[in-house]
Amino acid sequence: MREKASTFAGEPEPSGPNRRTVLVGAVGAGVAGTALAGVGVGLAAPTTAPPAPQETLPVTLTVNGVRRSAPVDPRASLLDTLRDQWGLTGPKKGCDQGACGACTMLLDGTRVLSCISLAVLHDGQEITTVEGLVAKGEMHPVQRAFAERDGFQCGFCTSGQVTSAVGLLKENPRPSRAEISELMSGNLCRCAAYSNIVDAVADAARGER
Amino acid sequence: MDFIRPTSLAEALRAKAEVPEAVPIAGGTDVMVELNFDRRRPPALLDLNAVGEIAKWSEVDGRIRLGAAVPYVRVIDELGDRLPGLAMAARTVGSPQIRNRGTVGGNLAAASPAGDSHPPLLASDAVVEVASVRGTRTIPITEFYLGVKRSALEPDELITAVLLPPADGPQQFSKVGTRNAMVIAVCSFAVALHPASGTVGTGLGSAAPTPRRAPEAEDYIAGELSALWQSPAPLADSVLRRFGELVGAAAQPIDDVRGSAAYRRHALAVLARRTLGWAWHDYCEGRVTACA
Repeated sequence: MREKASTFAGEPEPSGPNRRTVLVGAVGAGVAGTALAGVGVGLAAPTTAPPAPQETLPVTLTVNGVRRSAPVDPRASLLDTLRDQWGLTGPKKGCDQGACGACTMLLDGTRVLSCISLAVLHDGQEITTVEGLVAKGEMHPVQRAFAERDGFQCGFCTSGQVTSAVGLLKENPRPSRAEISELMSGNLCRCAAYSNIVDAVADAARGER
Repeated sequence: MDFIRPTSLAEALRAKAEVPEAVPIAGGTDVMVELNFDRRRPPALLDLNAVGEIAKWSEVDGRIRLGAAVPYVRVIDELGDRLPGLAMAARTVGSPQIRNRGTVGGNLAAASPAGDSHPPLLASDAVVEVASVRGTRTIPITEFYLGVKRSALEPDELITAVLLPPADGPQQFSKVGTRNAMVIAVCSFAVALHPASGTVGTGLGSAAPTPRRAPEAEDYIAGELSALWQSPAPLADSVLRRFGELVGAAAQPIDDVRGSAAYRRHALAVLARRTLGWAWHDYCEGRVTACA
């Protein structure tokens, strides 16, 4: 919760332990434990050589207004590149096949699915993720509408829903409720907060609340 | 894996000639799913996003020349009046996010029997324009599909465009899926009325190893309509049903996770009956269907 709040408010990352660092630490400990258990029952260590380092290509993207460059594996998706190289974990990896919409980003202002796009395809382009919607510490009107309408439950799909809604309103600033449902159909919500999501997008379109 | 990024068609064709196994990628919405799930490990990707020649559409000798890398969203926004059948099909592709990136050229190259573009391309006698360093040739759409995910494209060729006559009469497209969005078609059907020539075009999707037409249904309905083009009158239900039956009979579907062969044949008959009814109604009302 703390991390989410800080992201929304645009504050710097807290310096103490947060949910992510605790989780990463826990996962590391789990792996170590498994490895030790393996040694205990006499399993041989894998003998195959580590894979050769992948060839990379330099990629420069403007992400949320900041120019970022990195050597990128040409097979890396835009989603993995942003999450793994630059720690932008707002976009989620839900299905990795373009079916759920949790990885939605804006590419030069147009909403796309970052899991089925390659980072190297977009060298020089501008990306906006949910992290980039906050301006001067203020939530984006769509974010505020989602919060006020309870347009989520578990929250996993929310960053994709919000980013998709921002793209939708750019494509169609005055959508009807039926159009909102249709045009948000690429974003699944397993908690089924759909009616509240439609309310939130409708509010944001009206510029209310 | 190599990544090749040509900035002109000539450069792209040279690259494809040098590395025929290179997989062309434009929107990536199909290729990437195969990469992510390790179903395919191409030695090289050929990025077509900087090839300007294939990223636009134009009108050439009375036909629309739709560049292979024009995304679906532009077909919907810019060609709904001239290519209503294709625009309707484009509206059913994936989700808005996918329609912003996916292309008709990619749909053709994948040559999946379930691709949404194929039925309207068949119904309106599209021609596929392909190019290689050896030159440019055109392939009639009925000769393009050779099998499941196989096409007449040679290894050194790239699809550059698809050529279609603008609609000369009402067109319709309909698709059955498990829900309205984000589905691969269980079956799909397109119909195009051609009052000038007194003919009717059809296209069946997800109904056989390749997308195909229903020639017997086309001949039957052309005969039934021959006396009606000049003085349009509503079609008898029996005529619509017979048309549907003939379309169903033209299918050669399989049982799979999305539906049974029997269901597909039945659903195709229903889609054919309904879409013809809608298109003929529009014709009677004097409308050329605009993509809603």
